[in-house]
Amino acid sequence: MTWLANLPVSYAVGLHFDWIFFWHALVRPNSSFLLGFATTIYISIIAMVLAILLGLFLALLRRSRLWPLRAFVGLYIWVVRGTPLLVQLVIVYDGFAALGLFSFNDVTVLGLDIQGVVQAGIVTLAANEAAYMAEIIRAGISSVAIGQSEAGLSLGMTPGQVMRRIVLPQAVRVIIPPLGNDFNAMMKSTSLLATIGVSELFLNAQEINSLTFRTFEIYSVAALYYLALTTLWTLVQSTIESRLQTQVGIQRPPTFRQRLIGVGWRPGSGRLRDSA
Amino acid sequence: MRKHFGPLEVLRGVSLQVGRGEVVVIIGPSGSGKTTFLRCLNHLERIDGGRILINGHLIGYRQRADDRLVEASRRETAQRRSEIGFVFQSFNLFPHMTALMNVACGPLRVKKVSRSIGLQEAADLLVRVGLADKLEARPAHLSGGQQQRVAIARALAMKPTLMLFDEATSALDPEMVGEVLAVMRELAEGGMTMVVVTHEMGFAAEVADRVVMMDQGQIVEQGAPRQVFDAPAQPRTRDFLSKVL
Ligand SMILES: Nc1ncnc2c1ncn2[C@@H]1O[C@H](COP(=O)(O)OP(=O)(O)OP(=O)(O)O)[C@@H](O)[C@H]1O
Ligand SMILES: [Mg+2]
Repeated sequence: MTWLANLPVSYAVGLHFDWIFFWHALVRPNSSFLLGFATTIYISIIAMVLAILLGLFLALLRRSRLWPLRAFVGLYIWVVRGTPLLVQLVIVYDGFAALGLFSFNDVTVLGLDIQGVVQAGIVTLAANEAAYMAEIIRAGISSVAIGQSEAGLSLGMTPGQVMRRIVLPQAVRVIIPPLGNDFNAMMKSTSLLATIGVSELFLNAQEINSLTFRTFEIYSVAALYYLALTTLWTLVQSTIESRLQTQVGIQRPPTFRQRLIGVGWRPGSGRLRDSA
Repeated sequence: MRKHFGPLEVLRGVSLQVGRGEVVVIIGPSGSGKTTFLRCLNHLERIDGGRILINGHLIGYRQRADDRLVEASRRETAQRRSEIGFVFQSFNLFPHMTALMNVACGPLRVKKVSRSIGLQEAADLLVRVGLADKLEARPAHLSGGQQQRVAIARALAMKPTLMLFDEATSALDPEMVGEVLAVMRELAEGGMTMVVVTHEMGFAAEVADRVVMMDQGQIVEQGAPRQVFDAPAQPRTRDFLSKVL
């Protein structure tokens, strides 16, 4: 903590922390900051839903009998997981347009104006996350014992019915925990969209900073807003998980408090694979 | 029927004809191919030679004009399988469904019967196997014997013309074997066509119309239970029986 000792006294006693500004920004944020916050939320949700759908599609494609399809999915996952999200973002939004390949234009859907940058942000986040979701869903599917599929097949179900009625409902138990963690990460990753100019939470904080120079205060407020979001999500996630677990009558997953602050939580300790 | 896994020949020309209403019990040492044989019968395994006909229909394959066999469509295979009940050693109940839904899901999803009829018939079947008070129980809350009885009811719900049992009692604690065998016995007496792989020689002697002895992927000997158990003709059968009896 040598850097603390070297600070001028005034910093150490907090004279330059503007509490009034901080509280005001925290409890009575201006409307554009709130709009940014809402943008962060809806981009996260839409991108995650798309990522789950695309990820499921990729996971099923990976089980195809045709090797070129499997190879394509492998290539996709390799490239997407091996490159930074920030780089993907500028390629999709700036790179494609510069190349003349594709550019995102503002559109109006159901009376709502959706900016080109927002579309680019959602598409990139979804496409990025889909690669991770494909792996998560694949692991979930393969966690279901083969005997389950065979029991479904022997009743006369088609492979598609077996997947829908037997395998996926059981895979969900294994899929939800990592999916929830990814959604948590996704909400924070939306802050990268500030770099291409999406007016989400972080970009609004940056703008307030450039006007007021209350750097520490406004970024603290932004951090607290992200923290509130992820905390709320953790709560939702543990509710979903304990519903799923009690449904099949097995051990309870870690509680909300355990997973939030990590007490009493060892990786895997709450994830009993099978009841039998 | 012929079947190999890589270089390993598991079924080396097994030929068996089962009449309607007949109960055939297959016995034989571990690794002799009994499970594989049953799994081939409803196309959970592909075969490498021969053909399987049930009620006059090919299972898993269709015959082309030039007599060659090609893999049947998924839908056709599913249709054939729906006429065959399979009871697994490890039950394989669906853990995310209640006992009632385990039994009802075949008729509801495959036969598309109406919900009220499907559930009513499923409940009746569970009553028949002695589980009237467990309709809403999840598999995780049932004993092994109860789970296996649900599994039998699940297979029966499809109104199969043939029931296959692969060591249905081997995974059970000894005190639960009896309740499952009782259900199987009742089924046999009711005229169901059954092919049963089991190590329960008492059950075989009592219920079987015919006992088939398999060893090393072949049928070594077959006949009435009296004949096979009391006067086995083949040394391999004698050898096997002396070990298990
Ligand atoms: N999927 C598979 N891949 C490779 N080999 C297999 C497979 N399934 C079975 N086998 C082999 O085939 C042989 C016959 O197995 P099978 O399970 O049919 O015997 P079984 O008569 O049912 O024996 P048990 O009484 O122990 O159940 C064994 O040698 C086994 O190891
Ligand atoms: Mg076996």
